[in-house]
Amino acid sequence: MTLVLEARNVRKAFGGVIANNDITLTVPEGKIIGLIGPNGSGKTTLFNSIVGFHPIEGGSIRFQGQEISHLRVPEIARLGLLRTFQQTRIYGKMTCVQNMIISSPRTQQGWRFMFRPATPEDTRKAEELLKFVGLYTKRHLRAGDLSFGQQKLLEFAMALMNEPKMLMLDEPTAGINPTLINGLMNRLRRVNREFGITLLVIEHNMRVIMNLAEYIYCLAHGELLAEGKPEDVQNDRRVIDAYLGAH
Amino acid sequence: MNNVTLGKIAAYGALIVLALVAPMLAPDYRTQMAFLWVMIIFALSWDLLGGQMGYNSFGNIVFFGVGMYVCAVIQRDAGLSYYPGLFTGMGVGALFAVAVAAVLGSGILGLRGHYFAIGTLGLGIAAGEFASAWDYIGAGSGMVTPLYPGEVGGRESFFYYVVFALAAVTFPVLRWLYAGRFGLAINAIRDDEDKAEAMGLRTTRYKITAWCIAAFFLGLTGAAVGNIIGFIDPRDVAFAGPTFGVWMVLMAILGGKGTLWGPVVGAVVFHVTQELFWTYFLGWQRVAMGLLIVLIVVFFPTGIFGWARERWPGLFGHKVEEVLPTAGPTK
Repeated sequence: MTLVLEARNVRKAFGGVIANNDITLTVPEGKIIGLIGPNGSGKTTLFNSIVGFHPIEGGSIRFQGQEISHLRVPEIARLGLLRTFQQTRIYGKMTCVQNMIISSPRTQQGWRFMFRPATPEDTRKAEELLKFVGLYTKRHLRAGDLSFGQQKLLEFAMALMNEPKMLMLDEPTAGINPTLINGLMNRLRRVNREFGITLLVIEHNMRVIMNLAEYIYCLAHGELLAEGKPEDVQNDRRVIDAYLGAH
Repeated sequence: MNNVTLGKIAAYGALIVLALVAPMLAPDYRTQMAFLWVMIIFALSWDLLGGQMGYNSFGNIVFFGVGMYVCAVIQRDAGLSYYPGLFTGMGVGALFAVAVAAVLGSGILGLRGHYFAIGTLGLGIAAGEFASAWDYIGAGSGMVTPLYPGEVGGRESFFYYVVFALAAVTFPVLRWLYAGRFGLAINAIRDDEDKAEAMGLRTTRYKITAWCIAAFFLGLTGAAVGNIIGFIDPRDVAFAGPTFGVWMVLMAILGGKGTLWGPVVGAVVFHVTQELFWTYFLGWQRVAMGLLIVLIVVFFPTGIFGWARERWPGLFGHKVEEVLPTAGPTK
C-alpha cells in the first residue's frame, strides 16, 4: 500500500511549549484516517506543520514521496494537499459561485490563465459541487451572508473544486446542525470513494470519527498517545484517561 | 441582444459623445474637465488595489510622479519633435512606472493591512525628497515641459482629449479585468489572503501584477498632467502626496471601494464639490471639504455605491435566495 503522506518524528515548539513532540503519522492512499485528542493536544499544530504554515524543528514530512517540510503553503497546496480551517474561511464578499470558481485548479496555472475569464466547465462544476453539498439554491448569495454551518459546507465544496489528492479537514462537523451530520458523513465517504480523495480528519465528535475513519491517531499533550483501529483506540485506557483528565 | 444591453450601449455612447463635445460647449472649463478625467483615473487605479484587492496604498502617487518626470526628461533630451517626443515620453514613463511598481511591489507587498498602508506612505515622501535633490531632473527648482507648438488655446483641447482617451481606456480595461479570473483572484486576496494561499493561489504574482497595472495608468496620466500644468514641482505636482495622493484614496472611498462605478462617481462628486467650495467658500474651502468627508464617512462609510449595493443588492448581481416551490409556509 502506498503512503500518500508520511510525517516522521515531527517536532514543533512555541517557545517552551512543545506542541508536537516526535510525532509519526502515516496516511495510506485512498483511506480515511482520524486524528483525535483533547483540546490543546496539538492536532491543529500538526495540520499547520504539514501544510507548511510554519516551519518544523525536527523530523520529516513527505507527500507522495516528496519532502515538503521546507515548502510554503501555496506550493504544498498546488501539489494536491489541501486543508480546511477550524475557524471556517471563505471569501465573504464574493458569491458562492465565485468562491467556487476561484478555487478551481486552473487558477493555479501560469501567466496565460491569469486574465482568462472563467470557463463554462468551471461554472458547471461549481454548480454541481454546490448541489453536492446542498447549497445550490444559495449559489448567488454572498458567502459572508451564509450561516456558519453553510459556510463550512461551502469551504468543503471549495476544497473539492480544487481537485486535491488529499484533503485534511479540521473538525468538519463542528457547528453543523446535528441532523445534518449524517448527511455530511455520507458525503465524506462518497468523496473518499467516488472522487478518490484521501482524507485526514480532526474530529471531536466520537460517533462521527469512529464510524468514518479506518485508522485513528490520538494525541495528548503534544505526544502521540495511541494509534490503531477505531475499536482499539476507543477501548484504550490511556485515551479515555486523556479525555477525562486522569493525568 | 436584449433591451438592457441596448440601453447600456446607448448610455455609454451618450457619455462618450458628451465627453467629446464638452470642450466645445464649455471652452473656459477645458482644463477643469481635463482634471476631472485625471481624477477619475486616480480613483479607478487606486481602487484596483485599495478596493478590489484590499491593499490600501498611499504610495500610488510615486508612479504618477515617475511617469511625469520620465516623460519630461525624454521630451527634453531625446531630441524628438513635440508630438513624437510627448507620446514616446508617455509610453516610456508608463513603462518606468511599471518597473518601479514591480520592484517596490516584490518587497513591500509582503506587508499586510495597516503595515502596507504605512509602508507605502513613506514611498511618496521619499520619492519627493529624492526628486528635489537630484540635479539631473532640476532638483528643487523642478522642470518645465516643452511649449505646445499649436495655436493659442489648442493646448487645452489637445490635452483634454489625451486624458479623456486615457480614462476611456482605463475604465474598460479594469472592467474586463474585474469580470475575469483576475478580478476574482484579487477579490479573494481582499477577503482572506491566508485562505487564498491555502488554496494554492499565486497571491504574490497577482498582487504585483495588480500594482503594475495601476502604475501603468498612473504613469501615463502623470506624463500628461506634467504637460497640462507645464511646470513639474517635485513635492507639489509630481509626488504630491498630501493632495493628489490623498485625494485618490478619498474619491474611491467616497464613491464606494471595490465597485466599478464607485470610484468614477466619487471622483466626479469630489472634483465638482471641490471646485464649488473653492468658488463659493474661498478661504474656507478646505474646511468645507473636510466637513464633507467627515459627513460621508459617518453616514455613508461604504461610499455612495457601497451604500446602494447594501440597499439594492439585486442591482449588483447579488441575488437573494431562490425559493423552491415546495418551501415556505402554505396558506
